[in-house]
Amino acid sequence: MSLISASKMSVCFGGVTVLRDVDFTIEPGEIVTVVGPNGSGKSTLLRALLGVTRPVSGKVTQQPGLVIGYMPQRLTLDGRMPMTVRRFLSLPTRHSDAEVTKILAKVGVPGIERQQMDTLSGGQFQRVLLARALLVKPQILIMDEPTQGLDQPGTAAFYKLIEEVRQDTGCAILMVSHDLHVVMSASDRVICLNGHVCCQGTPTVVSNAPEYRALFGHGTGGALALYQHEHDHEHDQCDHDHDHAEHAHAG
Amino acid sequence: MLDDFLVRAALAGLGVAVAAGPLGCFVVWRRMAYFGEATSHAAILGVALALAFSTSIFVGTLAVALVMAMVVSALAGRGLTMDTALGVLAHAALAVGLIAVSFLQGVRVDVTAYLFGDILAVSRADLGFIWGGAAVVLILLASRWSALLTSTLNDELAHASGIDTGRERLVLTVALALVVAVAIKVVGALLIVAMLIIPAAAARGQSRTPEGMAILAVIIGALSALGGLGASLRFDTPAGPSIVALAALFFAVMFALPKRA
Repeated sequence: MSLISASKMSVCFGGVTVLRDVDFTIEPGEIVTVVGPNGSGKSTLLRALLGVTRPVSGKVTQQPGLVIGYMPQRLTLDGRMPMTVRRFLSLPTRHSDAEVTKILAKVGVPGIERQQMDTLSGGQFQRVLLARALLVKPQILIMDEPTQGLDQPGTAAFYKLIEEVRQDTGCAILMVSHDLHVVMSASDRVICLNGHVCCQGTPTVVSNAPEYRALFGHGTGGALALYQHEHDHEHDQCDHDHDHAEHAHAG
Repeated sequence: MLDDFLVRAALAGLGVAVAAGPLGCFVVWRRMAYFGEATSHAAILGVALALAFSTSIFVGTLAVALVMAMVVSALAGRGLTMDTALGVLAHAALAVGLIAVSFLQGVRVDVTAYLFGDILAVSRADLGFIWGGAAVVLILLASRWSALLTSTLNDELAHASGIDTGRERLVLTVALALVVAVAIKVVGALLIVAMLIIPAAAARGQSRTPEGMAILAVIIGALSALGGLGASLRFDTPAGPSIVALAALFFAVMFALPKRA
C-alpha cells in the first residue's frame, strides 16, 4: 500500500485554485523530488498531503498510523523564543540524552546540544531539523526546500546524508526543491509541478564529463543530477526556462 | 489573615502573575499583543452587562472576553491581515463598553476601577475567582505544553506530529479570556496586556529554554505585583499602574544585562 496517495486532488487558497486534479503516490522506500517555479503550489501540495489544508475536491489518503518525519523550511523563532538544540529535539516527544547525542553525530553536528537554535549556521540548522525528523523513526521523511540557503557543496553533502538515511532506515523521502534542474541524483522520481503535474521522470545522473564538473563545482561527488523536463504544453506566465546552458551561467 | 485587605491584595497580585507569566510568553512568541488588547478591552462591555443583569463581574467579563477572543481567533484562522482589524476591534470594544456603562441607570459605577484595577478592594470571593481562574489557566497550559510549543514553532511540523493546531489555538484563546477575567480587578482592562507582555519580554534575555522563560516571567510578575503594591502604599500612587511601572523597570534592567547564551 502507498504511504500517501492523492487522487484528483484540487486545493484552493484564498479563492484561487492552487492545485488542480493532482494525482500523487509515494511508495515505501521511494525518493520523490517535487520541483516547480515559485507559486507553483509545491508547499500547498505538502500541506495537503500532511492534512493541514483540506482539498476542495479529490482525496488524500495516508496509510493508517503512518509515522511522518517533517522538516519545515523555517521556524518562527526569530529571537523571541529561547530554545536550545536539546530542547527542540524533544518537541513534542521526549527523547533520551543518549538518543539525541547519537542522532546529532549521525547528521554531522555532534555536541551542539546546548547551543541556542537561533545561533546556528544555515547548514547546522538544517541538520538539526533533520535530526528532529529522524528521532521519531519515520516511515516517510517530508522536507520543504531543505537545501535553501546552502551552497552547492553544502547541498551535495546534504543529499548524500539523505541517501545514507534511506539506506540505513529504508524510509521513503518526499522533498520539495526550488531548483528546477539540479536535483538529488538518488531520486527515484522527479515531479514537475505548476498548478498541476507538468511532467515526471527520473533524473539524468551526472557523469564525470568536465562540463558537468564545471557546472557543479568540485566536491559534489555525484550527489547532484540534472532533471530533463519534457513538457507537452506551455504556461502563459512560465517564469522558468529549460535551457540548461542558461542555467550554467547562473550557477 | 484573609481579613486584612493588604494580604488579599498581595494574593490577588500573585494570582495574576502566576497565570499571566506563562500565557504572556505565548503572547510574545505568537505576536498576540493586539489579540490581548481586543480581548481585554472588550471586558469593559462585560462589566456593563454584568451590572445590568446583576450577575458577577467575573462571569460577565469572562463571557464577553471569551466571545471576543473566539471572534478574533476565527478571523486569524482565515489568514486575514490582523493588525488593523484587531486595532479596530480593540478600541471599538472599549468605546462601546464605556457607552454601555454610562447607560446603566441607578447604579453608580466607578469606571476607573475597571479600567485601572482596584486591587485594594479585592474581596475573599474575588480571591477565590482569581486563584480558581489562575489554576485553570495553569492546568490548561501545563497539560498541553509540548503541543502548544510545537504548534507555535511551525504549523506543518505540528500537523506531522499529529497535533491539531486549531485545538491548540483554542486552548490559548480560552486561557486568554480567563486571564482577562482574573486580572481586570487587579490591574484593570487597560493594563492587562502589560502584565502579559512585560514580564515575558523581561525574562527573554536571561532564559535558555521556553520553560525557563515562563518561570522567570512568573517571578518577575510576582515581584512587580508585590513591589508595586508596596510602592503604592508608601507613595500613595495608584496600585495597578505602580505594578506595571515596576514591571517595566524590571524589563529595562533585564534588557541592559548581557544576554545569556
